[in-house]
Amino acid sequence: MSISDSGFDILSIFDDGPEPQLDISQDIALRVRNLQVKFRRQHVLKGVNFDVKRGEVLGFVGASGAGKSVLLRTMIGLIQPTSGTIEVFGQEFSKAKELREQLIERHWGILFQHGALFSALTVRQNVQFPMREYLNLSPRLLDEVAAAKLKMVGLPPEALNKMPSELSGGMIKRVALARALALDPAIVFLDEPTSGLDPISAGEFDNLIRTLQRTLGLTVFMVTHDLDSLHSVCDRIAVLADGKVIAAGPMSTMLASEHPWLKAYFRGKRGRVGATM
Amino acid sequence: MSSEALLAAAVVGDRLELSAAGDWTADRANDLERLVMAAALPTQSPIKAVRVDMERVAKLDTYGAWLLERLLRGSRESGAAADVINLPDQFRTIVETVHQTTELPDPERLRRTSVLDWLATVGENIAEVGRSALLFAQMLGAVTFAFLRVFWRPRTFRFTSLVNQIDLVGWRAVPIILLITFLIGAILAQQGIFHFRRFGADVFVVDMVGILVLREIGVLIVCVMVAGRSGSAYTAEIGSMKMREEIDALQTMGFDPISVLVLPRILALVIAVPMLTFLGEMSALYGAGLVASLYGGIQPEVFMQRLREVISIDHFMVGMVKAPFMAMTIGIVACVRGLETKGSAESLGAQTTAAVVQSIFLVIVLDGIFAVFFAAIDK
Repeated sequence: MSISDSGFDILSIFDDGPEPQLDISQDIALRVRNLQVKFRRQHVLKGVNFDVKRGEVLGFVGASGAGKSVLLRTMIGLIQPTSGTIEVFGQEFSKAKELREQLIERHWGILFQHGALFSALTVRQNVQFPMREYLNLSPRLLDEVAAAKLKMVGLPPEALNKMPSELSGGMIKRVALARALALDPAIVFLDEPTSGLDPISAGEFDNLIRTLQRTLGLTVFMVTHDLDSLHSVCDRIAVLADGKVIAAGPMSTMLASEHPWLKAYFRGKRGRVGATM
Repeated sequence: MSSEALLAAAVVGDRLELSAAGDWTADRANDLERLVMAAALPTQSPIKAVRVDMERVAKLDTYGAWLLERLLRGSRESGAAADVINLPDQFRTIVETVHQTTELPDPERLRRTSVLDWLATVGENIAEVGRSALLFAQMLGAVTFAFLRVFWRPRTFRFTSLVNQIDLVGWRAVPIILLITFLIGAILAQQGIFHFRRFGADVFVVDMVGILVLREIGVLIVCVMVAGRSGSAYTAEIGSMKMREEIDALQTMGFDPISVLVLPRILALVIAVPMLTFLGEMSALYGAGLVASLYGGIQPEVFMQRLREVISIDHFMVGMVKAPFMAMTIGIVACVRGLETKGSAESLGAQTTAAVVQSIFLVIVLDGIFAVFFAAIDK
């Protein structure tokens, strides 16, 4: 019995099997368990646990230097975690690089804080970049979908032929969002999407994220400091402090909390206006 | 899922009935586009209406929604009424959103081919050469002005920066300069001996190597190395400072970028390059002497004596006089190119390339001018 079992195992190595598919209809889009990140001397993340449900917008807050950026960069695979697991739609990817390349990166989009547009490419080429890489489409369809994506983020098609250096800060964020959405991802990571925008543009950007999230059924993981964004866009908020998630829940939970840092953050001077909304 | 036809067509009277099914997503967009194009109506077709049944579509994303939109628009343009039935509720928003994209982009500009454009490019390049010359003169003036101001107010001079730059472009360049010039001297001597031996003129190799190295090769090799090693670094440093608005920050704080960044760098080159030239020339002569003794059988004493006979201080000075001028040329070109950098990474690359190419070119032009000058004064 055991011999035949091992024989089967050996044979199964040569069997490619069906191509792995990412099942994006699961209820939990992201599951992070006991995630730890240590740098040479610093212990930045000391066991982070949280889930992001499919179709929700999770806002991540925390003091400057609390490790939000490290968490985000670890989740998108730019930093190797010391220990712990990150599952994207049930697939643990932190160890398996091939899996990440083939499956997961096709299903997520990332908006970097400063846009990270490729400065040598036009807006059109920036938005089409992931499409060209992953999909085999005709030039006409590439152009049309790029225009549709730009329209979604509120930019006119004239912007297509501009270079990133000719764009304003708000436009850069919009183009970067269009590029993040290029492949119709299931999950979008946003790193401080409204930082550097004036309050009106920030508000518009919040609405845009909300609208797109509903239209495309996105799951959004957002790191932000903007209390207005937290109020208007996020379904749930998670708070990172001292390398751990100290609270998670909707805005009402945050406002009701008696934790001193949460109190200062959500009910401080700058929080009051938002809180009364 | 994949076996099911994404789009099936049937004609009922004067109506084309299309029934869509399966995944209308990015991964299948290529097949879908083909089907949608195939379903497009020919002009003058008898069909007066198109109806798309979306009931059995399992997934729909922007790509699928756009292709549906294209199908509908195409039908309407050819004069048929088009509508969608049984669109599942969860897809309604995406279809409506895509429908709002009214203006389509022009196709990407085609590569220019006409003769006129070719001439225009030539003209642009010539204008660019003129502009480079102007910028060079401008920078020369600005640096001279900044240098003179140092005499008036010596405390404004960045002495630490100068020392640091001399360390970077001078001291740390010594090993590679010694190695390269040693090899060049050795190769020259070997080639000379190999060919002169046929005429029994071995010993004249000392004349050739001595004059060539001291007058021309030593300083040229050093300048080419410095342009590639330090000139490119200057352009990249100043260029990335420009990109990150550091230069603007300096200016708004009341500092002159020329005095703070450019002057110490150019002075460092003017001081370091003659030193490197001297070291390089000695190293080349040593290499030549070594090869002459090992390969050519010219004893070191003979080599030294022959060298004393043919080399005068003039030969040495001709080489050394050129060094600071060439250093200044390299420094100015590199700093001009750095300050010309625009926002993109591509521009930084282009400017760095231009800095190295232009400074090597100008160094050789300058060498030619010096050759004419020294010939005229019989040195």
